[in-house]
Amino acid sequence: MQHIVIIGNGISGITCARHIRKKTKDAITVISAESEHFYSRTALMYIYMGHMKYEHTKPYEDFFWSKNNIRLLKKRITKIDDEAKNIMADDGTVINFDKLIIATGSVTAMYNWPGQDLKGVSGLYNLQDLQKIEKETENIKQAVIIGGGLIGVELAEMLHTRHIAVTILVKDNYYWGNVLPEQDAKLIEKQLKKNGIKILYNTELKEIKADEAGKVKSILLNTGDEIKCEFVGITTGVKPNISFLKDSNLNTDKGILINEYFETNCKDIYAIGDCAQFANALPGRKAIEQVWYTGRMHGETLAQTIAGKRSPYTPGPWFNSAKFFDLEYQTYGDVPTIQKDTHKYFFWRHTHKDVAIGIYYNQADKTFMGINSYGIRMRHVFFDEFLKEKKTVQFILANLNSAIFDAEFSQNHIPDIIDAWNKDTGENVKKQQKTAKVFSFLKKFL
Amino acid sequence: MNRTERLGMMLVLAGLLLLLILLNTQTYTFNTKSAGEFIEDSTQLSFLQPEITKIKNSVFTSKVAFASAYKNAVDAANVNIEAAANAPEPSENNEEETDSLKNKEEQVVKKADKEEKDSVTEDAIQTAGKQEAKIDDNETGGIEEDYTTGFLVKAARGPLQEHTTTFLITVLGLFTLGSLLVTYGKYAGKPAGIKNNDLFKKPITTVKWPAVLVGLGLIAFYIILYWFPYLLSDWILLVTPIKNLFKNGPADENFLYGVIYSLAVLLLGIKMFIKYRHSSYQKIRTISVSFFQLSFAFIIPEILAYLKKPSVDLKNIWPLDYTFFYDSNINELLSNGKLGVFMLVWGIALLVVIVPLFTYFFGKRWYCSWVCGCGGLAETAGDPFRHLSSKKLVAWKAERIVIYSVLIISVGMTVTTLINYFSNGAVLGTATESFQKWYGFFIGSIFAGVIGTGLYPIMGSRVWCRFGCPLAAIFGIIQRYKSRFRITTNGGQCISCGNCSTSCEMGIDVRWYAQRQQNIVRSSCVGCGICAEVCPRGVLKLENGKTENRINNNPIIIGNDGIHVVQ
Ligand SMILES: Cc1cc2nc3c(=O)[nH]c(=O)nc-3n(C[C@H](O)[C@H](O)[C@H](O)COP(=O)(O)OP(=O)(O)OC[C@H]3O[C@@H](n4cnc5c(N)ncnc54)[C@H](O)[C@@H]3O)c2cc1C
Ligand code: SF4
Ligand code: SF4
Repeated sequence: MQHIVIIGNGISGITCARHIRKKTKDAITVISAESEHFYSRTALMYIYMGHMKYEHTKPYEDFFWSKNNIRLLKKRITKIDDEAKNIMADDGTVINFDKLIIATGSVTAMYNWPGQDLKGVSGLYNLQDLQKIEKETENIKQAVIIGGGLIGVELAEMLHTRHIAVTILVKDNYYWGNVLPEQDAKLIEKQLKKNGIKILYNTELKEIKADEAGKVKSILLNTGDEIKCEFVGITTGVKPNISFLKDSNLNTDKGILINEYFETNCKDIYAIGDCAQFANALPGRKAIEQVWYTGRMHGETLAQTIAGKRSPYTPGPWFNSAKFFDLEYQTYGDVPTIQKDTHKYFFWRHTHKDVAIGIYYNQADKTFMGINSYGIRMRHVFFDEFLKEKKTVQFILANLNSAIFDAEFSQNHIPDIIDAWNKDTGENVKKQQKTAKVFSFLKKFL
Repeated sequence: MNRTERLGMMLVLAGLLLLLILLNTQTYTFNTKSAGEFIEDSTQLSFLQPEITKIKNSVFTSKVAFASAYKNAVDAANVNIEAAANAPEPSENNEEETDSLKNKEEQVVKKADKEEKDSVTEDAIQTAGKQEAKIDDNETGGIEEDYTTGFLVKAARGPLQEHTTTFLITVLGLFTLGSLLVTYGKYAGKPAGIKNNDLFKKPITTVKWPAVLVGLGLIAFYIILYWFPYLLSDWILLVTPIKNLFKNGPADENFLYGVIYSLAVLLLGIKMFIKYRHSSYQKIRTISVSFFQLSFAFIIPEILAYLKKPSVDLKNIWPLDYTFFYDSNINELLSNGKLGVFMLVWGIALLVVIVPLFTYFFGKRWYCSWVCGCGGLAETAGDPFRHLSSKKLVAWKAERIVIYSVLIISVGMTVTTLINYFSNGAVLGTATESFQKWYGFFIGSIFAGVIGTGLYPIMGSRVWCRFGCPLAAIFGIIQRYKSRFRITTNGGQCISCGNCSTSCEMGIDVRWYAQRQQNIVRSSCVGCGICAEVCPRGVLKLENGKTENRINNNPIIIGNDGIHVVQ
């Protein structure tokens, strides 16, 4: 029986612990400085908005851990000694390990702006941030959010529910410019405007200014303008949480460097989740993947190795999802910001409703590459299968009805989408027949 | 709360206040004529009439005093009835006495005689919580049934009695306008979508004192309605103009309850409809429950009563409708010709054909969140409290023990009833009656009504449906083992946020399944669809489909191709 120590009780660390437990009787210790139990970081906004309380964000009841013999420790680890095979906490506790898994996640990336440590400035990453935001946004009227990404919109929605006027500074000339094609971004812009959020494009933060009490008073922009505000939310992205490893023997770059087995340069030490960086990025993937799903997959995969079956990380087609105020977004496969010359982006948007889809495909052989869907829920299994099978865009369109995951009785936009495609390309992609479905349904019973 | 909402809330509270005031504005004077409207038995009437005449000039300011005076009158009449029954063969003297009495109240008695032809039939089916009516079959022929409420309604004197319609319109107006204003203030001009903001911060939705107050108020209301309905006689008078539209006799507490229930479902149904205006599933479902409440539960039984037919709620199914197999009900139906037989066959067909068939195709939702009256209230008035249901594992364990116990008890009760019926009371005669009384009291009234609705603001909107309803238990078994219904989980998209579990009124930990890409196939799921509605990542879909792989267990979620689990 070996002792597995996991630093970080986020989705990657916890998934790994659970899967190791499924396969082995090893002693497992999970350590975190943030919270006693695993909770869902992605639900932070809902706690602030009052949709849920902290306790609702815990995916497992508290008894789950002792029942499954997973030891939890609330400590901050400050030192890793790979030769002595132990780690040390800030209270002096030393914990020995046979295998160590580092899953310490991220921290908000700040870019050394003057004033970034003032009262009234905060990122949104952990429970402590949330507490701070809760306190510092009490009864305020004006807030500025730096950075137009996913967490930026979430923070904007949070503040909006407290009737705080929000301005978002966006570095690019449209929203979430490093991920979305421009047409897509327009939909998000519409959501923000509908809710009274002000967006300033092509602007960056230069300095945060304080009042006499040392609290945020205003910000200065690269354009020279000054905006008054009582709170500044920093959502310019996150970076791996590895500063505590400075004195260790671990090789790091932006994150902890690993191979496709999550192995670091030190024997028996692994890294997964947000804090890990693949020394050689997998084809079509980023070297650092900072999303919930990849953290989970890292954990699932590494657990196999720990349990004795060395397995490399081979993720399937990319997928992700988000919600921008009331607009749901899902993506499957590859949809780049700027299209290659050899590829094309077919974009359909409803005339007045907030519904749209964009399909990226190879112009030469018509291979379907990926889809962005707004306001239409799509079936993951459908795209997972057909992306792997490299189906054509026409095949996808003709079968798109089967991909719809919207609630029953929802309006079906697929016929309109196919009409638009046929008009665009002069092709004649057939719509799936409703009646055919009825027949096949009856056939099953007759 | 914005200004419109606050105004609306104030109107609703004004309506409530007015209702409370109306309970204290009347005086009560015995209306000697009204006795004939309730008591068809001419002997009983002839003995009661003089007792009432004695106090006909007293003016009561309290219903309690009136009720005790009435009770004294009945007791005195019953003593005389018993004496008369025990007396030897009627002597001439005796007859004379009766004759003279009869002369005195000739008119009334005649009327009563006429009405005697319509047999005394209490519509026992009316409300799930109503106790079985007692039929006057005691040996001495005394007055057993309690007519206090009926007498009180007739006895009222005062502003409400003089301007009933005006007051009715005012009260209905205040509630309707108030609730519409709240709805308008809350949702008008705002983008559609899930807006549960501050749900866990408002005292009313987090079991703080206002919630406890509302809960206690509801509990008090049910206790009074079931066991002391005479205290609500002024409200019964208030809804009399509505009852008169149906021309089928005087309003009673059942009718009052029907009005309140339907009004709640309709007005809060409108709120529900607007709240989920972005979702066709929710809109259609809300229209459906409101429609079934208004028509099947409220209007159709009234029309049937007008036609002098058994006033049956045709969507109510045994064992939720636990009186369905009572001999009183079967006899009543059988004495009503073809329609009665149809109703009997319909009730049985619902149970043995429609329930399994529909549940196989659509899951229990077709009934629980589309048709049922209890579900109707839960899905409209109960919506703001859905998140209060416990998601703990222990709650699930308790739920299974309690609900299947109720099912077993209800089946036991009905089986003894039927044995008793077919053996003509030879077997289990009195035991059956006490079993029925016990069931009616503890399950029918306390569990389904007092606790079921009273605990809305404390334990969520489906306490009865989750822990108590024996019909739901039957649906649940079918749904779990033989149904095409499931909630599909969308691949690996779940972020374990917990919105789905939090908003499940049945206390299902939806996330437990969603985060491991397992479909949700649970006997208790009523298919309200709110979990899918609140999911921010589009992970859940209620659907009917092939039964293979309906219950799945994927150790590794899709999206991770590296691991293949050899089963
Ligand atoms: C507001 C917000 C919304 C998000 N929404 C989404 C979304 O919708 N979809 C999506 O895919 N992703 C989302 N993400 C990203 C996602 O949450 C992360 O990718 C994921 O949580 C990373 O998981 P992890 O296990 O790698 O690390 P973490 O969840 O960060 O867990 C690491 C834990 O380790 C602890 N720790 C760190 N250092 C130490 C130490 N030295 N000693 C002890 N403990 C330590 C930390 O306190 C932390 O609790 C969101 C992130 C945020 C902040
Ligand atoms: S699981 Fe979903 S559909 Fe079923 S009862 Fe709960 S919230 Fe409603
Ligand atoms: S609401 Fe959706 S994303 Fe959140 S836990 Fe439930 S299924 Fe998962």
